[in-house]
Amino acid sequence: MKVLVPVKRVIDYNVKVRVKADGSGVDLANVKMSMNPFDEIAVEQAIRLKEAGQAEEIVAVSIGVKQAQETLRTALAMGADRAILVVASDDVHKDIEPLAVAKILKAIVDEEQPGLVLCGKQAIDNDMNATGQMLSALMGWSQATFASDIAIEGDKAKVTREVDGGLQTIEVTMPTVVTVDLRLNEPRYASLPNIMKAKKKPLDEKTAEDYGVDVSNRLEIVKTVEPAERAAGIKVGSVDELVAKLKEAGAV
Amino acid sequence: MAVLLIAEISDGELSMDATAKAVTAAKALGDVTVLAAGSSAAAAGEAASKIDGVSKVLVAEDPMLGHRLAEATAALIVSLAGDYDHIVAPATTDAKNVMPRVAALLDVMVISDVSGVVDADTFERPIYAGNAVQTVKSNDAKKVITFRTSTFDAAGEGGSASVETISAAENPGLSTWVEDKVAESDRPELTSAGVVVSGGRGVGSEEDFALIEKLADKLGAAVGASRAAVDSGYAPNDWQVGQTGKVVAPDLYVAVGISGAIQHLAGMKDSKIIVAINKDEESPIFQVADYGLVADLFDAVPELIEKL
Repeated sequence: MKVLVPVKRVIDYNVKVRVKADGSGVDLANVKMSMNPFDEIAVEQAIRLKEAGQAEEIVAVSIGVKQAQETLRTALAMGADRAILVVASDDVHKDIEPLAVAKILKAIVDEEQPGLVLCGKQAIDNDMNATGQMLSALMGWSQATFASDIAIEGDKAKVTREVDGGLQTIEVTMPTVVTVDLRLNEPRYASLPNIMKAKKKPLDEKTAEDYGVDVSNRLEIVKTVEPAERAAGIKVGSVDELVAKLKEAGAV
Repeated sequence: MAVLLIAEISDGELSMDATAKAVTAAKALGDVTVLAAGSSAAAAGEAASKIDGVSKVLVAEDPMLGHRLAEATAALIVSLAGDYDHIVAPATTDAKNVMPRVAALLDVMVISDVSGVVDADTFERPIYAGNAVQTVKSNDAKKVITFRTSTFDAAGEGGSASVETISAAENPGLSTWVEDKVAESDRPELTSAGVVVSGGRGVGSEEDFALIEKLADKLGAAVGASRAAVDSGYAPNDWQVGQTGKVVAPDLYVAVGISGAIQHLAGMKDSKIIVAINKDEESPIFQVADYGLVADLFDAVPELIEKL
């Protein structure tokens, strides 16, 4: 079985997000970028499936700016076999919407015929939580979102999902799209020798036009602003004072 | 304008809070029809008909709609979509599972986690885990939306909408339900808890995390952890609060031994009251805390447990 893993280049989760003063968006110029943390979990899971003999090949895909090839090299260094970069923008500030991403991924899935697509449940930039579900819809496949456990048995996958208030286990028909949640695994770090090896792994470069997909936005961004600031609080001198303040505020 | 609102139902029962909050948001868009779908949904539909602002309820009962499996539920919603300009739901995990699928089948973008309605085409939503708020204008013919319920007040009761029974769409037969496991802990669930007590790297070890749990139990709180604590192996990953973990907004958030890294703040800064206990008075966590206590947590937390 081939496993396809879409990965997104996003602002590093440790970087403070700065909203541009003119309201045009978040400043991404000269900011550290990394693989979306949920996508790292998806890559790790694909590697574990390969190590368990349940997957033969792992193909990582990234759609965005040319610099996303760094993100793909990270996936290759972790253990993906080859990568496809789809350049869909030359501006780091243009976010390709999940619907357009899903359409490009559909075209790639049609070509590559994977038995499983493993996605992060959401990207930590636009927080849309949509690409996996949209790809599944366009393919007419089953979907299993927010996975914390995946067991593949023949042409079925049993997936445990993190839902409000607990866990739900469902069985889906393969091929399928699974979106992964935090509890599924802890991603490995790429070792230096593997980082060196990853430089020699194949990375195909394509464009959105190659797949005939229009990547113009359906959602026009009117403005982006900072959220309302929290009012400054106070320091208390002792546990007694803290307890008194909390009682006063009706918090305990 | 006509709005189709997908009611939140679990085990045949209407989740009144989430549904009524979504009704408040939806009312601003037009005439609200509620869809109650499930293996048993009549009682939930009846309950939804009493929410103020609901003009009609559609009840679809079918075993294949049980457990809100995405493929069958999305097929039903798409079969009804022709009559509506907006298709909306409260942003629960069920809706986040189903609504993007609906949107893709209709060839429109989903607008997730909407926190404000500007007009029928324009919406506000948090991005970057709430570190920015974006206003977007949809150019799509139909809008598929999930509403972040914590920002809307629940609509009252007192309505008397008509209730109509409809049939389910064809079963795509792609998935089956196996089991549900409700969280076994006696503690409340992290994302919906009224009080959350979280520990950070300052706690120092997995054994000492018991102190955080003890304070949580005293307050009837859920237990959280910073990513640093999780990465150090002090706490399990599903306790993680932050941009890469869970986003919480309880009435009271107690941060113990947490320095307040950006990625942690992103997950808890919408809490109503924030308490921080940390021995380093320069910690960024104090910049968001309503009440900050500069103290060694191993002295302060046992004392706090005793005095609460």
